[in-house]
Amino acid sequence: MTAVVISELMREHINRLAASGKRSDGRVFDEPRSLTVHKNYIKTAEGSARVQLGNTDVLVGVKIDVGEPYADTPNQGVLTTSAELIPMASPNFESGPPSPTAIELARVVDRGIRETKTVNTEKLCITPKEKVWIMFIDIHALDYDGNLFDAASYGALSALSCAIVPASKIGKADYPLPLEHWPISVTSAKIGSSIVVDPNLDEERIADARLTVTTDENGDVRAMQKGLKGSFNLEEVRGAIRTSQRVGRTLREVIQQG
Amino acid sequence: MGDVEHIPKELKLIDESGVRLDGRRYDELRPIRIEAGVLKKADGSAYIEWGNNKVLAAVYGPREAHPRHLQDPAKALVQCRYNMAPFSVTERKRPGPDRRSVEISKVISEAFASVVFVEQFPRTSVDIFIEVLQADAGTRCAGLTAASVALADAGIPMRDLVTSCASGKIGGVVALDLNKDEDNFGEADCPMAIVPRTGEIVLLQMDGHLTVDEFERAMDLSIVATKGIYELQRDALRRRYSAMAEQAMEAPPPPPIPSELPPPPDMPEDELPEVDDL
Amino acid sequence: MERSAPARREVVIPGDLLDGHGLKPGSGTFNEGGRIYAARLGIVSERDGLVSVTPLSGRYIPRSQDVVIGKVMDLGPSHWLVDINSPYPAPLNAKETPWMVEFGDTERYLHVGDVLLAEIVSVDEAMRVQLSMADRQFGRLSGGQIVQISPAKVPRLIGRQGSMIGLIRDFTQVRMFVGQNGMIWLDGDADGVRHTANAIRLVEDRGHLPGLTDAVREYLERAYGRSASTPTEVDDDGRR
Repeated sequence: MTAVVISELMREHINRLAASGKRSDGRVFDEPRSLTVHKNYIKTAEGSARVQLGNTDVLVGVKIDVGEPYADTPNQGVLTTSAELIPMASPNFESGPPSPTAIELARVVDRGIRETKTVNTEKLCITPKEKVWIMFIDIHALDYDGNLFDAASYGALSALSCAIVPASKIGKADYPLPLEHWPISVTSAKIGSSIVVDPNLDEERIADARLTVTTDENGDVRAMQKGLKGSFNLEEVRGAIRTSQRVGRTLREVIQQG
Repeated sequence: MGDVEHIPKELKLIDESGVRLDGRRYDELRPIRIEAGVLKKADGSAYIEWGNNKVLAAVYGPREAHPRHLQDPAKALVQCRYNMAPFSVTERKRPGPDRRSVEISKVISEAFASVVFVEQFPRTSVDIFIEVLQADAGTRCAGLTAASVALADAGIPMRDLVTSCASGKIGGVVALDLNKDEDNFGEADCPMAIVPRTGEIVLLQMDGHLTVDEFERAMDLSIVATKGIYELQRDALRRRYSAMAEQAMEAPPPPPIPSELPPPPDMPEDELPEVDDL
Repeated sequence: MERSAPARREVVIPGDLLDGHGLKPGSGTFNEGGRIYAARLGIVSERDGLVSVTPLSGRYIPRSQDVVIGKVMDLGPSHWLVDINSPYPAPLNAKETPWMVEFGDTERYLHVGDVLLAEIVSVDEAMRVQLSMADRQFGRLSGGQIVQISPAKVPRLIGRQGSMIGLIRDFTQVRMFVGQNGMIWLDGDADGVRHTANAIRLVEDRGHLPGLTDAVREYLERAYGRSASTPTEVDDDGRR
C-alpha cells in the first residue's frame, strides 16, 4: 500500500464530529453500514459470495479440492485463506506479492472461521491420513471504502454457507459443506476518545487503534485482533466486545438469510 | 489452450446441421451484457458478462506514473494488468501473475496505447485493471471490451473504443466466439481487437491450425461480430449517463453531512474568480 | 452565442462523428481526414466557431489561472509539494506566499496534511505546474470540511457568473470555496452545511442535464420552506 497523507482538515473534522457524537456519514457510533449479500455469485467456485458493506465491495470464492491432510489431523479437512488487495480496489493498492496488510486480513478472517469450528472438518475426510477435502477461501477486494476485515469475513462466511463439496468428482454424491457455526466479526475504531463501529475509509485512516472481535451465535468470543499504533483500555475492550455481540446478531441474520 | 481435464474421444463440437454444443450456430455470439460505472473508487469502470465469463475492468488515471523512472516525458503510459481470481477457473489458480497473464496484459496495453491520446498527459500512466471473476474462454476479449468502456467512463481521450472478439475452428468448422469446451477441444482460436471506426486491428493472436482461407473466414466472422459488440459498449455508456439522470430525479440526496462550528479561517470570504459555464 | 438545444445535449462517445457544419475542432475533439470526431465522452457544444465536447468525467488537468484546493504532501527547503487532485503534483514556491520564508524554514509555515486554497500561475508544455498563494484571497484553510465532486461538474456548480453558488449560499449561508479541481471547502452551521453538501451532490449527479438550477432551487426551497430571496435570472442552460 502506498502511504496516504491525511488532510489535517479532515482529521479535525472527523475528530470534531466524533467528539460531539456524530460521524461523517450520519451514522451513530455503533451502527454498521448496510450489508448486502449475494451468494453463489461465481459458478466456477464451489461456494461464493459478493458482499457490499456500504461502498466496500468484496468477492469471496471457495474452491474445494482433494488433497492430503496434515499429519496431526489425519481425519480432518483443511482450511486455507488468502486475500488479494488488487489495485482495482483502491488507488493505494499496488500489484505484487501479498502485503502485510493482505496477510493480516486473510489470517484474521481465517482465525474467526477456524476457531469457531464453523466447518465440521471431520466430515471432510475421504480416506484418513491420505485424502481429505481442502477448502481454499480466496478473498478478492473489488472496491475499498474501509473495514475490509468485516466485509471479507462476512464474504467468507456467506461463501462457505452456500458451498457444495464436489464429491461427485470421486464418485460420490455432492453434499453441502457441513457448516455448524456462524462467527461474525465486528471491527471498532478509536477516534480520539470515541469508538465507532465499522469504520469507513476516512475514519479508518485517522483512527488511532482498531479492534476486531469475532463472536459466535452464543455471544462467545472466538477471535480478536487489535491493530494500529494506538491503544484501548480494558473498559474499551469490554465495550467493543458487547458491541460486537449486539451488532453481530443483526448481521448474522442478514448473512443467514442472504 | 486452457486446462484440459479429459478428452472425450467422440465429442462432437458441432453437428451435421451446424449446431454447437451450447445450441449456437457457427456465426453466433454468446449473450453479452455490459454495465458502465460499477465501482466507486476507480476513475472509470465496467462489468461484462459474456456467456459464462464475468469480468470487471477498472481504470485509474491519468495519474503520476510509478516508479518514476518509467515516466515518459512526452506521453502517458498505458498499463494493463490482467488478472484471474483464484476461483474463476475449475482448478483453483494460484493468486498472482503467471506468464500467461503477463503476456495478455502486455498485448492489451499495446492495443489501447494506439487509441489513447497519450501525448496529452506526459509523465503519467493510465492504469487498466482487468479482473476475471469467472472464466469460460474468451476472457481477454471480454476484458478488453470492458476495459474500453471503463476508459471512456474515466473520461480518457481516445480516438475510438476498442472492441474485441475471437473466432476459431471446431470440428473442422470455422466458428465465432469459442466457449471453454470448444477452446479446449477445438483446432484453433484467434482472438482479435479492432478499432471499429477505422478497421485497424490492434490485437491479434492465434494458436492451433488454420488454412489461410480459414483465417480469412475467422476474421470475417469476428469483424462482423465486433460491430454488434461495439453497439453494446456504446449503449452501456449512454445508459450510465442517463441512469445517473433518473436517479437524481428521485432526489433526496444521500445522508446528512453534519458539521460543527469551527473557528473561521484566516482569510476573506470572497467569491472565486468566475468561470465559464458549459 | 448559440447555446445547444436539448436534442444536442446527447452524450457522445469517443470516436463519434460530430456534425461540424463548417466549425473548427475544439477541445475534446479531433480532426481526422477533414472530419471532426469526439475524443472523449461528453456533451457537444458549439461556440466561438468551435465544436467541442464538454467532458462528463475525468481527472482534473491543471490549467493556468485555475483556483484549486490542495493538500501539502511534502516539503523542501524552499517549496512545498501540493496534491491538487490531478496527475501532476504542484510545487508551491516559498516566494509565492505572503510570507518571508527563509531557506530551509518552510516547515514553520505549512505542514504535511495542511489544506490550502491557491492559484495555478503557470503550466508549461511538459505539464509542470506552479502554484501561488501570494494574493490575499488565498491561504491555508482551517476548520470546515472538504467535499469532492467530479472536476467536470465544477463549471455547473459555479454557474454563470456564479449564479449556482449564489443560489445555494442564499439559502444555506455557508462559506464556500470551490476549487476547479473538484475540491470544495464548506463551513457554516450544521444544517446549512448539510443542505449545501446535498445541493452539491445534486449538481454532481445531474450536472449534465437541463433544468439543473430548477432542481437545486426546488431542493433548497423544500429544505428551507421558502423561496429564493433573489431571483436567478438566467437558467444554467441559458435558454430562459
